[in-house]
Amino acid sequence: MTGTLAAIGAGLAVLGAGIGIGNIGGKAMEAIARQPEAAGDIRSNMILMAALIEGAALIAIILAFFIK
Amino acid sequence: MRKATICIFSFIFLSLGILVAQDGHSDNNHSHGTEASHEHHDGDGHDHKEDHSHDAHDGKHDHGAESHNHDDHDHGHDHHGDAHGDNHGDHGHHHHCECGSAHHEYNAGEVAFHHIMDANQFHLFGDYYVPLPCMLKSDDGFKFMLSSSFGNSGHGNGAYAVDRYVMVHGTVMRITDPNFPMGKVEVGCYGHEEKEKDGKVLPHYTVEYKGKCLELHEKSTLDGGVLGGGITSFYDFSITKNVFSMLLAFVIMFFMFTRAAKGYVTRKGMAPKGIQSLLEVVITFIRDEVAVPFLGHKADKFLPYLLSVFFFILGLNLLGQIPFFPGSGNVTGSLSVTAVLAIFTFILTTINGNKHYWEHIVWMPGVPAWVKIILTPVEIMGMFIKPLTLMLRLFANITAGHIVLIIFVSLIFIFGGAPTATEAGTTGGSILGTVMAVPLTMFMMAIELLVAFIQAFVFCILSAAYFSAAVEEAHH
Repeated sequence: MTGTLAAIGAGLAVLGAGIGIGNIGGKAMEAIARQPEAAGDIRSNMILMAALIEGAALIAIILAFFIK
Repeated sequence: MRKATICIFSFIFLSLGILVAQDGHSDNNHSHGTEASHEHHDGDGHDHKEDHSHDAHDGKHDHGAESHNHDDHDHGHDHHGDAHGDNHGDHGHHHHCECGSAHHEYNAGEVAFHHIMDANQFHLFGDYYVPLPCMLKSDDGFKFMLSSSFGNSGHGNGAYAVDRYVMVHGTVMRITDPNFPMGKVEVGCYGHEEKEKDGKVLPHYTVEYKGKCLELHEKSTLDGGVLGGGITSFYDFSITKNVFSMLLAFVIMFFMFTRAAKGYVTRKGMAPKGIQSLLEVVITFIRDEVAVPFLGHKADKFLPYLLSVFFFILGLNLLGQIPFFPGSGNVTGSLSVTAVLAIFTFILTTINGNKHYWEHIVWMPGVPAWVKIILTPVEIMGMFIKPLTLMLRLFANITAGHIVLIIFVSLIFIFGGAPTATEAGTTGGSILGTVMAVPLTMFMMAIELLVAFIQAFVFCILSAAYFSAAVEEAHH
């Protein structure tokens, strides 16, 4: 039972991270379209931000793994 | 031209897969005994079928606990579950082993899990292994040997116990019984079940010797029990698969970089050539896109670390992508390795932290006192959470990639429904599974190639960001 709950928790964490990273990607595309000359800067910042969000999701997933 | 090549390769790959699958089917016809249960994969309402086939098997052991076991089974529980705690209740199921070894049906999750673990030998194919040196330390002193001295009884299990050490699924374990003879002794099969201890389900290994099931110890780990390990009766300092991969990556990179470095001396002032032109692009990328934007004029101080960590992670990620011998190690997907890398970053951040950095952690300037009381613990936690996420990100990304790849390859066997790859001498698969597995695996391989670069880059850029926070000068 706790295993199932942990799995749901992990899924929710991924949902949140997915929305977050989706937003970052979308906004980055918009920004690049608006200012193509800044594409390089925007891209590396996009990856950095995505990595930070991913970190939060990963902690949740790892916790979910160990809780069961 | 390129498209044509890809088409030809996928075609060859696909046909090979189908051949393997068909070969497996003909093999299945010869299979007998416990394999009979595989028919349940073919139809719907298989729960009943499976129960029946097992009942027919277990005929004489027909009691309540039996059917309970199989019920558990049907609901998708790991088949090593506590249901098998009763070793002797399942003779029909494990007729060849007294110790409750339950390796009869193909379990993709288990195969994937096994793949991502470190091992004391390097799997080539089938029952062929590259032996690796073992260095073991117990109360009886050090023991040096090659992993091949354990012999081979299939599936990475050793046939012999050497000075009480045995090889179980490619990993060295130790017999706890102090009366067990030293030297080389032939042992029987290995058992594996999961037992609950202090609210945690932990694996429990046994080996059969003279009709008895002897308990095995896993190697000591320094996780303090958090990950289910702890100090046991022996330590393993072996050159394992992961250590071998790291040494290989080190050797490859040593030669690549010394060659490139020599190029700058012998061909001074000239355009780069060969390996030099490959590395120069990446090194200048890390310097100009990662180090300089974050660290400014202090970039040169941290550049050697950033480059080392980038190439180390990238090299091992790429090495892990190779699905056969020198590669296939899940090194950057091993918590110990990523933990050490993250600790390096943590130490460098901490010892380089200036007054400004510590001030912002301990007593944030410019905020009211009551906020500071809340903020300080959060900042101190943040100090440790940063390297923790660094560690988990790399570990989880690479491990997840390896698991997904294995699961996709496993589709061949999942759809085949055969008791494959875990039962010596049989290979089984399905054409449907192969048709699905090949494009999915190729797609995933391509994604993983991207992830290999991105994760190396992300580790590097985040380390640079943490260093930059530590060395930043006050500007207010």
